[in-house]
Order: sequence, then C-alpha cells, then structure tokens
Amino acid sequence: MTSTIKPRSPEELRQAVEWALNDGTTLDVRGQGSKIALGKPMECGQVLDLSGLSGIVDYAPEELVVTLRAGTPISDVEALLAQRNQMLAFEPPDLGPLLGREAGQGTLVGAVMGNLAGPRRLSAGAARDHLLGFSGVNGRGEIFKSGGKVMKNVTGYDLSKLLAGSWGTLAVLDQVSVKVLPAPDQTRTLLLMGLDDAAAVTAMCAALGSPHDISGAAHLPGKTALRIEGVAPSVEARLRALRELLADSGARMEELGTLESRVFWREVRDVAPLKAAPDTIVWKISCPPTEGPAIVARIKAQRPAAEAFYDWSGGLIWLALPASTDADHTIVRGAIGAKGGHATLIRASQQVRAAVPVFQPQPAALAALAARVKESFDPKRLFNPGRMG
Amino acid sequence: MQMPPLDPAILARRSEIVAALRAIVPGEGVIDDLEGMRPYECDALSAYRQMPLVVVLPETVSQVSTILRYCQDNKVKVVPRGAGTSLSGGSMPVGDAILLGLAKFNRVLEIDYANRCARVQPGVTNLGITKAVEHEGFYYAPDPSSQIACSIGGNVAENSGGVHCLKYGLTTNNLLGIEMVLMTGEVVRLGGKHLDSEGYDLLGVMTGSEGLLGVVTEVTVRLLRKPTTARAVLLGFPTEAGAADCVAAVIASGIIPGGMEMMDKDAVKCAEAYVGAGYPLDAEGLLIVELDGPPVEVDYLVERVAEIARGRGATTVRVSNDEQERVLFWAGRKAAFPAVGQITPDYMCLDGSVPRGRLVEVLAEMREMSKKHRLRVVNVFHAGDGNLHPLILFDANDADELHRAEEFGADILRLCVRVGGVLTGEHGVGIEKRDLMGVQFTEIDLDQQMRLKCAFDPDHLLNPGKVFPQLRRCAELGRVVVHHNKLPFPNIPRF
Repeated sequence: MTSTIKPRSPEELRQAVEWALNDGTTLDVRGQGSKIALGKPMECGQVLDLSGLSGIVDYAPEELVVTLRAGTPISDVEALLAQRNQMLAFEPPDLGPLLGREAGQGTLVGAVMGNLAGPRRLSAGAARDHLLGFSGVNGRGEIFKSGGKVMKNVTGYDLSKLLAGSWGTLAVLDQVSVKVLPAPDQTRTLLLMGLDDAAAVTAMCAALGSPHDISGAAHLPGKTALRIEGVAPSVEARLRALRELLADSGARMEELGTLESRVFWREVRDVAPLKAAPDTIVWKISCPPTEGPAIVARIKAQRPAAEAFYDWSGGLIWLALPASTDADHTIVRGAIGAKGGHATLIRASQQVRAAVPVFQPQPAALAALAARVKESFDPKRLFNPGRMG
Repeated sequence: MQMPPLDPAILARRSEIVAALRAIVPGEGVIDDLEGMRPYECDALSAYRQMPLVVVLPETVSQVSTILRYCQDNKVKVVPRGAGTSLSGGSMPVGDAILLGLAKFNRVLEIDYANRCARVQPGVTNLGITKAVEHEGFYYAPDPSSQIACSIGGNVAENSGGVHCLKYGLTTNNLLGIEMVLMTGEVVRLGGKHLDSEGYDLLGVMTGSEGLLGVVTEVTVRLLRKPTTARAVLLGFPTEAGAADCVAAVIASGIIPGGMEMMDKDAVKCAEAYVGAGYPLDAEGLLIVELDGPPVEVDYLVERVAEIARGRGATTVRVSNDEQERVLFWAGRKAAFPAVGQITPDYMCLDGSVPRGRLVEVLAEMREMSKKHRLRVVNVFHAGDGNLHPLILFDANDADELHRAEEFGADILRLCVRVGGVLTGEHGVGIEKRDLMGVQFTEIDLDQQMRLKCAFDPDHLLNPGKVFPQLRRCAELGRVVVHHNKLPFPNIPRF
C-alpha cells in the first residue's frame, strides 16, 4: 500500500525529497491527481501530495503577473483573475470529464506540467509561454529557482520552458510566477456551415493569414468556427471584414454572441465535441495546419469508425477510435507523415497505456539527450519515474 | 575581464588544428592570418577584444557536424558566432578556441504562408525574414534594434526582444522549430511547423542559451500578418512618477499596446537635439505608446490612452495623424543611443528588468547612485515590460571613470535584483554580466544550470567563459550524495 506525504512548507518539501533520495524510494508527484490517467502508468513508493502548498502569494494586475504555490487549484486562480478582468491567456483545458473525472478539478501547476493549451494557443501561446519563473526542489533534495516575476528575462537558461511539459519528472515545484493578460471585452464567433475538412482548413488558414486577429479556429463536423475577441467597435469591424474575406467559401454563415461564444469555445477547449463513449481511445495530434485533413483521411481509410475534430486552424486534431489493445498507435503515428507532427495518447485503459508509447517516440540522438537532461535534474529518477515513457 | 586560462597544448597544436579544419572546409572558409581574423576579434561589446585561435566559416550542416565532432574528439573549444552584434560579449572570441561563424548560412529555405511560417538558415538577418515576406503582408515580430544586422541564429541564442515584444513576445514565443548540431556532431531537429513538440522542451531551453548548448543550423519561425494600421501617441509628464503611473494605468485598464517606451528628460533633450522629433522639452518623463490593429480599434484605443494620460496629469498629448508622423515620433527613440553618444565620449548600456510598479523608486535611486559615482545616467527603456536601458556616460580614456562606470553599472543591476527584477532583460549575460550572476542566483541555482550544460556539452567546449562565473567539472557536478537509510523520516504529515 502506497502512503502519502503531504508537506506544508518548502522546507518540508525539500526534506521529503531528501528522505526519498536516501530511502531509495520513488515519488508520485501530484497536485490533485486530476491528470493521473494521462501518461504512462507508474509504480511509485510514495505519493508526494502538493495540496498542502496552496494559495496565492502575490497578484498585481497592473504587473500582469500572479505568483502562487504549486498546489493552488486552477479554479481559484481563474476566479481571482476574473475579479480583475484578467485571464490565463493560454486557456488551459479542463480534461477532467474526458478522463472520466469531475469537471473543475486540477491545479494550475498541473496544467503547466502538461504544457496544456486551449484554442487560444494560436495567438497567445501555450503554458510554456506564460511560466515566468519558479522555485522548487530537484532530485538531489536541493531548493533552486529559475526565471523571475518580470516579463523580459534572459538571465541564465530558461528552465521554465523545460519544466513546462515535463509532467513532473524533472523537479517538484513549490511556487510559480505566471503571466496573465486582460480578458477581452467581447467574444464573437463566425460560423461557416457545411464545409468539408479540406475546405474548412483552407478557410481557417485564410482567416489566420488575414489581419483580423483570430483567436480561435476550430472545425467540427459541418461547422467551422472563427473566434474574434476585443473591444466592441473592433470586433464588429473585423467580423464584417472576415465575412467578406470568406464569402468565396460558399458556406452559409452564422454568428455567436459573447455568451454563446464562451460556451462554445469552452467545449472546444475541453474536447467536449468528441462525443465518444467512455471506452473509446482518444488521441491528440499536433501537425502543420494544412496537413490535418490528410492525416485524418489516412486514419479513416483504415479505421472508418474514427471520429475527429480540429482546433488550432487544423494543427490540432482530436481523434476518437474504437477501443483496441494497441490503441492503433502505428496507424495513427504512421498517418502523420513526413511533414512533421506528433501524436499523444490522451485516453486509454491503464493496460493499453502501459503497452503503447503514450508520447511520440523520439529519434535516438534526441532521446539520449532528453535522458541526460532528466539526469541533470533528477539523477536517481525519484520523480514520476516512467511517466513520459 | 578574466577569461579562462589558455591551454598551451591547444595553442601548440594550432597548425595541426588549422590543417584539420581545412580538410573539412575548403578554400577561404578557414581564416588563420591575423589580418583576416581581425574583423572577428570582438562583437558589439567592443570594449573587450581577443583574437581567436582560427576562424572557420562552414557552408553545410555536414561541415558543422564534422567540425564539432573533431573539436569534441580533440577537446578544442568552440565559440559560435552569428552576425557578431551581441551587446554582452556572447560571441567574443576565446584565444584557444576556434571561432565558428555561421554567416554563410544565409538562405531563406521555405516560406509557407498557409501555415504562417518560414524556414531559414541561421545567418539570415532578423529584418531579412520580414523583407522576404512583407510583399505578402506578413512579418516576423521580434524586432531588436540591431535587426538590420543581427542574425536569426543569434536571436535564438540570445532570445532577443525588441520594442514590440510586450504584445508579440520574445524570440522564444515566435519560434516553431530548429535544427541544431551537438558537440558530438549529432544533428537533431526540435519542433517543426507544428506546435508544442513532445518530450522536454529543448527548443525552449536552447532559446537564450547564449551558444553554450549547441550550434543552430536552421530555424523555423512563426510569421504574423502585419496589422492594418499603427498609430503612436506622444505623452509628456511633469514628473517621472506621472509617466510611470500612466504605464501601469494603461495596462490595468486592459490595453496591451504594441509598444510602450519611456525616456527621461536628458534622453528627450539628446534625442530632440539629434533628430528633431518634436518632443516636449519640458517633460520630465516622455512616453511613446503605439497602438496597432484595425483602424477603428486603433482610433478607439488611442482615445482611451489619451484620456488615461490626461487623468494622470499629462502636459503633452499628441497623436500621430499619418505614417510619416508616427515614424517621426519613433525616430527620436530609435536614435536615442547615438544621440546620447553625441554628448559623451563613451557610454555603457545596461539592460536590467524590474517589476513595473518599482520603476519610480528605481529611477530615483539611480539618481542617488549617479551622485555617488559622479557620473551622469540617461534613461531610455521599454516601460511596458519593465526593461530598463540606463546609459552611463563616461570617458574610457580616463581609467578612473571607466572603473566608476563599471561600479555604477554593477550597482544598478544589484538594485534591479533587489527590487525583484533580473540582471538582463534581452541583451544576455555573456561575459558582461557573468560575474554578477551570484547576485541573482544561489550556488545551487547555478549548479543546476551547469548540470544542464553538462547534458549537452560535458567537456565545457562550447562558448567557454560565458554566462557562468565559475565553471565546475561535470563529473564533480554529477556526484550524488546519498546517506542510505540514515535520515529519519522528517516530521511531515503522512497518511
């Protein structure tokens, strides 16, 4: 039976790691465990629970920075920012329902550790682009820091980038500073009805190549959505211009107002349009936007039951496949082709995730380099061993 | 500036090393005569000069790979160089190291408008990318002031910024992928035309690594569509505090301008005398705020910014009415450094970043320091993101003034760290701020960074003497002390 350690201070966090190092055990590092079903299954000696290190340390809206402890629930952060009309611009998805849990769980640091990002990834970047600095404990039981609380900082290596997307395998964070941005006054959506995948991606790429500042571009079966945000007069003018630009697509156009748009894009963000039964396999594919439809077509040619929708102008494919023992990983990764991209197995049973590479396998030189990077932070492999495969 | 001691064994083998390089890069690609190497003896931090062991200018990735593998096998140090515009000595040569210049990698390889990206070689200039795509209405957003000369490979190494990064991000936010060569000669690709590659974000950590981790041989950048319009607002305030308050108020109101620059009274005076931009000479603090986007949005935001400024006591509020006037508003700011150069034999440009809320206090304290060190300081900075560029005026021919200027500069950077800021916002550590790293970082922080360096370059061959005040051997850094089962379980809640 695995027991749980719950430190209450940075020093206790350090002691817990030091103890694990000396005891020769391993640590399953969690905030709330909301994404524990994502990644390779692990067997760890101990759970290191960060929920005792929670709370906002500092929030100065005019600085566009919030500093918080690693266990702080993301819902607390979002509520705090909303009071001052600000937001996490990378729009972190709530994958809870997709992973068979309740909505609204998880910590901000958990989202950062997965380098998650929603539809606004296109214009605002991912979690990696918003982590300004952190402090934490490395696998030697040492407290260290990197980055800072300022927007512009090139002092030393940008370890924040490395930690974002590391799934807790490099260091245990105690505190982070994250960049925030003003929330838009208005959000409207232009819907193009009835386009097929290829025509939809062409329309989305044209929209993104226009000066109309698109902050979301998704294609659901039969419905292509373009989001425009900002101050009222600007939103109005850009919507009009966008309609003209896309008149040639031949699609019937509709519009969503601010409230409807918020609901719609939240659903896209949280992968709700993939109406997949709980036992279906879910993949996330990142690719050059114009390659999206061809990749989906190649997969459907072999798995006609596949369902998909696109975000990021076609550059993000959410794909559902019928349950199988190997998640059809060779078909999915084989479909990506030479133009580049990667596929992540987001939802599958523990047995399938244990058997299949969850993250895109890397070429040998890169994999060896990544292993050396891991060793430079966590030489005894204490943190989330094997989570990234 | 103390550099690592030269290795006499390498110096003794110079002709053998030159011959080996000639076997890899034929003809004029290897430069070993003093006159030929002279242009490479410094970068834009020209106070420090050093001849390299030999200069090599490869033309292909395979040549870069063979050179690095040769250097790894023979334990020869390597200093990579783009256009040599580093302001922190990032590409300053080292006497027992070959200088690896990437200038011949100067081709735009592919422009993909549909996917809004361009694949270029690292020697292409920053502005060269925009020039290659602007006829289609696109541009590459980061715009360091050296953009006409600096190379994109150097921008990756330094994570370069510019006036517009408040809204559009730094280099790191505008890269999609790179190809790089490791010291072993292995060629790896990170990212591509897609977003967020899996595994550790090595692209992110390469960006701003100052040439210490690998040699970049190809870069894929994100292209943006040019905004339809841009207008600039000139705001003069009777106090610096008024100007700083206005910056905070604009951002707190939810507006992120394309650029938001501040100049103090002396900087305004110099710039005005130099280019005649029409700046108000009575202002203690001058802001230039640029808004970009669709015309209707820009007009709306210009009004709001003007209103906020008036509410904060602005005595001058002028809005550019056409492109010519907008360019004129910027002309003074862009010429501020050379303008200051007119009134002093030499100046030292610093680059600390501070939280915006501490600007006024930092400026006031800088004035006190100015009295103490008996040197003038002029301030021009990216107010929107708290990135300061204080210019210390001095005469390098006066040894005492040079010494006082260095002391003054170090005091300013210590001040930046003390108020919660950092040593460098966009110029890099290089050799210039190397010995101050201990002000911002603990020994543990620096050891962790050096361990990362060891993962890429275990023999410390790439760009030695830069960034880290003291290099420790990787074998020593890699040791793990474990007291097996000798520590009691700490008093932490457990269940």
